Amino acid sequence: MDHILVAKNVTKTYGNHTALSNISLQIPKNCIYGLLGPNGAGKTSFIRIINQITHQDSGEILLNGEPLAPKHIASIGYLPEERGLYKSMKVGEQALYLAQLKGLSKSEAKTRLKYWFDRLDIGDWWDKKIQELSKGMAQKIQFIVTVLHEPKLLIFDEPFSGFDPINANIIKDEILQLKENGTSIIFSTHRMESVEELCEYIALIHKSEKILDGKLSDIKKAYKNNIFNVGVQMQEDPRDFLKSLEEKFNILSSEIDPIENQLNFKVRLTSMHTGDILTELSKVANINRFEETIPSANDIFIQTVNNKDNGK
Amino acid sequence: MASKLGLIIKREYLAKVRNRSFIVMTVLSPLLMVGMIVLIAFLAKVNDDETRVVSVLNKSSFFQSEFYPSKNISYVHMDNLTLEQAKDSTNALEYYGLLYIPEGKTVEEVSRSAYLFTKDNPNTSITKELEDVFQNQLRQDRLQKLGVTSEQFSTVEKPFEINLSTFDGEKSMRGINEIKAFIGGGFGYAIMMFIIIYGGFVMRSVIEEKTSRIIEVIISSVKPFQLMLGKIIGNSLAGITQFSIWIISASALLFIAVLIFGIDLSALSNDGVMTPGAAGMSQLGGMDSDMMMYAKEIYDIPWVLLIVSFFIYFVLGYLIYSSIYAAIGAAVDNETDTQQFIFPIILPLMLAIYVGFFSVFSNPHGPIAVGFSLFPLTSPIVMLMRLPGGIGEGGVPLWQFLLSVFLLIVTFLGIVSLAAKIYRTGILMYGKKPTYKELIKWLRY
Repeated sequence: MDHILVAKNVTKTYGNHTALSNISLQIPKNCIYGLLGPNGAGKTSFIRIINQITHQDSGEILLNGEPLAPKHIASIGYLPEERGLYKSMKVGEQALYLAQLKGLSKSEAKTRLKYWFDRLDIGDWWDKKIQELSKGMAQKIQFIVTVLHEPKLLIFDEPFSGFDPINANIIKDEILQLKENGTSIIFSTHRMESVEELCEYIALIHKSEKILDGKLSDIKKAYKNNIFNVGVQMQEDPRDFLKSLEEKFNILSSEIDPIENQLNFKVRLTSMHTGDILTELSKVANINRFEETIPSANDIFIQTVNNKDNGK
Repeated sequence: MASKLGLIIKREYLAKVRNRSFIVMTVLSPLLMVGMIVLIAFLAKVNDDETRVVSVLNKSSFFQSEFYPSKNISYVHMDNLTLEQAKDSTNALEYYGLLYIPEGKTVEEVSRSAYLFTKDNPNTSITKELEDVFQNQLRQDRLQKLGVTSEQFSTVEKPFEINLSTFDGEKSMRGINEIKAFIGGGFGYAIMMFIIIYGGFVMRSVIEEKTSRIIEVIISSVKPFQLMLGKIIGNSLAGITQFSIWIISASALLFIAVLIFGIDLSALSNDGVMTPGAAGMSQLGGMDSDMMMYAKEIYDIPWVLLIVSFFIYFVLGYLIYSSIYAAIGAAVDNETDTQQFIFPIILPLMLAIYVGFFSVFSNPHGPIAVGFSLFPLTSPIVMLMRLPGGIGEGGVPLWQFLLSVFLLIVTFLGIVSLAAKIYRTGILMYGKKPTYKELIKWLRY
């Protein structure tokens, strides 16, 4: 597969503290790659190395197959978690300045800024100072400045923090649009709900080590535990039926609604084969619910981190 | 890469120059300076103008006409009162004091038992003046006993000043060395103030980038070193702009002064050696000849050299100190945490000023002056105090000048690379108040 970024055995230490320990990752082109981990796991250290703000002690990073070099700065866009703008500078001037630092010419930057300001409906902010804007408004400017030079690789560190839900949605749509247009995106967060929506691939970093990575759907498959939620409705009291089921299957929990004769239960099957239990159920009852429980990214995250901590 | 540095310099420069306080400072400072001088002169004059009244109770036959009113004292005679009455009236009239001269046979005897009564401890200039009167009278009296008349005494008393000349025949000026050192000192002092003020600007600008959290956005585009350098250069250009405005406006003012007071500059710059007590002196615009000499000496100070080297030393000294200031700004989270680091920086600057005023003034080419004008942390100030004497013969030897500039450049390179290391690490550190130990650790990251 074609990769935008490959990290091989990257290690970084600060004095006695190890920030990254032997991290290897492959980030495919044209996808959204979630870099997950608790606070202080080493995500930001890794991102700073990609941005050449700091350098790894050992290991190698390839961008588009080439070892990382200063010229690559122009093909990366970075929205840091700790972000801000010059408070007393005008919006337009500031955006122009930051765009020019990324290597755009002044006239090119102006044209593109105009496009983005119109797109996000903030055209009349050009001559305002940042200190006159709200936090969410400043975040929009920040987003524009990050993507303005049309980088091949975009890195967002907690991009939705500081946005209200409506603007967070606008930005989410913009991120998806950028992906459609062929940009590869690294998305660093510890908030799992956005991971489910956006990421195709994830890597989980914990205590400076990578403990899991791959395609999110594959990981979910691997973490599936064949647990099903089942609901049936019967003609008579379901208690006896539940007893007979418990003899044959691994029922994890159950509840009975005696008025409706409704039985709900959670069962773990030995395999993905569902025929046996369905046959058994359909003999005596109407099945009104039968669904597999798929672990959420959050579940996987917590489970993996706990396993790792307990394993040590 | 170079164009990015240019962008940063431009932004920092404009951010500084457009700042309202910068504009106000530039326009207002010269006015404030002039205002200060006028105010000081005015206050000194007011102070001088105060004349104290001393009442005199003279019971003796001497000192009948010796107490003339002067600038400081006027006298009221109370000769018909008793001592107690005189004291009471002096108090009641709120006079400064009462001079009591008792009866006696000789000046010696009278003088020895004279008293000055005052409410508080008397001012030394007053007592000095009164003592002079007694001293003078005593001297005349003693001389008279030796057979010298008052007329003879007054011819003896004529004051004397020695004639001064340099070896090549120019008339030397009293106090001109002090004036020169004072002018140099003015430049040195200006450098110190600007290092402190503009270094502070750099530091605050770094802290602003940290607290506004824009720093990480910027250093994902440029190297921290470029940002630091751009910041330092941008601010220094703003400083140079301010200086240039001041120097140009000062020159304009000087030019206007020349026109108004009719000083003949061509007469000042003529090559004719002025011989001591030359008869042709009166032709120079009718000015007092000594004044003219001072004007010539000040005119002869190598101003171009002084201004050029002022900019050299200002820029180099500023670069060294402001990179330290930048490192401090990067190390802390807010301005209140900077105090512990700033004091050690200001120390050599203060030292330079004090050494300059105490040592360079009296001996501009002595070992202490030379040492401090070579040591890079003090040379920008101390060397400038020595430079009004010129470079070469009679002034600063050329090798010392070059060596001090060379040392400054080497030091700059060393300090800036250390500062850059602290800066690089510090700008990404939040919420920690670093210790010196920690800063040294950062140097090794």
